[in-house]
Amino acid sequence: MIDHFDPVMVDWARAQFALTAMYHWIFVPLTLGLSFLCAFFETIYVRTGNEDWKRLTRFWMKLFGINFAIGVATGIILEFEFGTNWSNYSWMVGDIFGAPLAIEGIVAFFLEATFFAVMFFGWDRVSKRFHLVSTWMVAIGSNLSALWILVANAWMQHPTGMKFNPDAARFEMQNVMEVILSPVAISKFTHTTSSSFLLASLFVISVSCWYLLKKRHILLAKRSITVAATFGLIAAIFTAATGDEAAFAVAKHQPMKLAAFEGLWHGEKGAGIVAAGIPNPDKKPGDSEQAFSFEVRIPGLLSILAKRSASAYVPGINDLVFGNPEHGIVGAEQRIELGKKAITALAEYKKAQKNKDTAGMETALATFDQYREHLGYGYLSDPAEAVPPVAISFYSFHIMVILGTFFIFLCIAFLAGALKGKLENLTVLQLAGVTTFFLALIASQAGWVVAEVGRQPWTIQDLLPVSVARSNLTADTVKTTFFMFLGLFTLLLLAEIRIMTTQIGKGPEED
Amino acid sequence: MIGNLDTATLQHLWWLLCSVVGSLFLFLTFVQGGQTLLWQIAKTDIEKDMVINSLGRKWELTFTTLVLFGGALFAAFPKFYATSFGGAYWVWMVILFTFIIQAVSYEYRKKPGNLLGARIYELFLFINGSLGILLIGAAIGTFFTGSNFVLNDYNLVKWTSSLRGLEAAFNFFNVSLGIFLVFHARTLGSLYLTNNLDFTGMPDFEKRVRTGALVNLLCGLPFLLYVLGMLAFMKGYAIDQDTGRVFMESGKYLHNLLAMPAVSAMLAGGLVLVIAGVVLNAFSRSRAGIWLAGPGTVLTGLALLLTAGYNNTPFYPSKADLQSSLTIFNASSSHYTLSAMTYVAMVIPIVLAYIAWVWYLMDRGKLKAEDVTAQEDSY
Repeated sequence: MIDHFDPVMVDWARAQFALTAMYHWIFVPLTLGLSFLCAFFETIYVRTGNEDWKRLTRFWMKLFGINFAIGVATGIILEFEFGTNWSNYSWMVGDIFGAPLAIEGIVAFFLEATFFAVMFFGWDRVSKRFHLVSTWMVAIGSNLSALWILVANAWMQHPTGMKFNPDAARFEMQNVMEVILSPVAISKFTHTTSSSFLLASLFVISVSCWYLLKKRHILLAKRSITVAATFGLIAAIFTAATGDEAAFAVAKHQPMKLAAFEGLWHGEKGAGIVAAGIPNPDKKPGDSEQAFSFEVRIPGLLSILAKRSASAYVPGINDLVFGNPEHGIVGAEQRIELGKKAITALAEYKKAQKNKDTAGMETALATFDQYREHLGYGYLSDPAEAVPPVAISFYSFHIMVILGTFFIFLCIAFLAGALKGKLENLTVLQLAGVTTFFLALIASQAGWVVAEVGRQPWTIQDLLPVSVARSNLTADTVKTTFFMFLGLFTLLLLAEIRIMTTQIGKGPEED
Repeated sequence: MIGNLDTATLQHLWWLLCSVVGSLFLFLTFVQGGQTLLWQIAKTDIEKDMVINSLGRKWELTFTTLVLFGGALFAAFPKFYATSFGGAYWVWMVILFTFIIQAVSYEYRKKPGNLLGARIYELFLFINGSLGILLIGAAIGTFFTGSNFVLNDYNLVKWTSSLRGLEAAFNFFNVSLGIFLVFHARTLGSLYLTNNLDFTGMPDFEKRVRTGALVNLLCGLPFLLYVLGMLAFMKGYAIDQDTGRVFMESGKYLHNLLAMPAVSAMLAGGLVLVIAGVVLNAFSRSRAGIWLAGPGTVLTGLALLLTAGYNNTPFYPSKADLQSSLTIFNASSSHYTLSAMTYVAMVIPIVLAYIAWVWYLMDRGKLKAEDVTAQEDSY
């Protein structure tokens, strides 16, 4: 399908997607959660009529607005990048993948864009109640947009509801509900949004703790912490629960990803979880090197996590690469051979079609159908390519889980402090609170690294490797735009941080 | 019901829907036009702030419409998405850059600590309104003049010009369309601002804003006439109904207009509405010019895009290889996806309704000078 495969170009295109997605993801989780927090604050204001709550709402809204603008700026490029850098992907799966993007525009973006103007400029122009509705609409709109893009991403992790059409050389949608209601989509959406609510709550806690340390805006800070810690605790527990569900889905549909982020090279029954460890960077599939240079293992827990049974078998990287007949696993090595047969059959089908050779078409199609589920593997040249970067996946996953657990306890501590009315005196907690937003950013980014790096080498799990999904561009072209984005986004980020810190320094408007 | 529609009907329907979104975008480029007018019509800081704040309440609508235009084309005509974005790489990249810098500029321009200073953010807005719209015009121009690509058996695109899309800006027809769209956006910008601002006590300001519409329409007129003249006489790309092969046909686009009287009526009616809006604005005290020129723009845009895609015309033709040209038939999604998307599209009237309602609520009272000086949230 691809005439001349340029691995350097593919790496730059991947780097560019990682760059733009990670920049975008600095701002988006804050938007997703802060929009709801603003809605909570304003609801309290409307119900109590207390002007202090209005000032508080407007203060957080201002920070929301600054963050929102750069989220929009970094977001537009992601949509179009599918076309510019991954045009073969756009063609091969556009029939399925394009739909959620269009739906996102129709049902979500306009909700955000329309009511955003009311939220910021409508205080004196519309009724109190309509303003409150608008704030809620922005929150619902932004989270709905997350729903659709996450449905699209989930489909890349677990393609479902479609079939390959050899005439058009693309995948076509068969069942839209299967795409939308896929369990992977549900766990991805709930996990991503709840973790974003947590991140935004920790942002509010961070800023408020800074005020407490500086002994400024004490009332605003305490009130904000009470609401944010409550929302944050619920979100943190929900994040853990949905994270568990997401890991279960990964075990089912992306066993290689699970093996990579757990550093599990040899499959075993009653597999344990590495609570802490240093993976050996030199370890390769099939060799006898040590998997870890240091590890602390909790026995049986991985089997429970992945299969809901302490004695269940969890396949390791080597089993998935070389196969394991005992457990019915066809390895990447064998699937590459089968995939190549599918590719050859597809080429023969195309040739027969050109020559109007109906019998030849039928024979080729029958062969293709026999091997189609391995099609993507046919593009790999070495079974080791089927293994994602183990160390990156391992560290990202563990950092995310450790921080996620820490946040639960932190939210409990803040909530207890708030309920006892002691927040002002707890300097250590305040210091922890100030730094926690940065930890939340790390955890949130790490989550996406697990999801995306862990899926390598696939753009679409088992069907389309990144090397085939790309556009026909030179490495230099993509490299140029990579640095253009890097420069521009970094500049905008610096401006954003300075504006944010200036606004936080100023605090809410005094009456 | 929708599932029973045949594929060709759905393909026509989705080209229509994409064209409607694209034409609405052209109307909403009054935001971009207003951005380029800033230096000419606003002389004091207050005037500038009024213009920016008035446009700032609408910029996201324009932006979102552009994003939806992209999303709808992706869903309905993925081969266009793959071919054009992956092929005409640089032209799209430059356009996207101008929209990235626009997105932060309203929010950051006046905020303390913004690193670059208000002037740079105003320059960003100008670049978006000029270069961005010019290149969008040039890209739309290639719907008629053709692009340089070849598709292989697997629909992989190979671009035959090393300029990767920027070559579109070296074709006089494309550039004329682009320049016209820039002046047209400025015309609409002036009409919108006339409608949206309260000029009490600022007669000079009002005069400058109002004059903008007429001047810019006159500046754009030669380019429009050139585009229309060329459209009537140039060779166009056509699909042979029997064999499906693409060939060059003299006067193809004129033939399309004659074959589709409704489209011709839209074109004529649209242009008349635009002119009527500008005349009303220039020679009366009415503020309603935008409500004539806006719908006029939508009709004109619709007529252009339907001429490009209907009546057996490849909407994204290739001059490098005629048979690689994209038509609404060979570039579309499957019957299933188009049907499913059509159900989703039924919510569009609801979306339009709440946009209109909010617009009405927010713009009942015109934007006054004190609104931008007194409010803490103003841009």
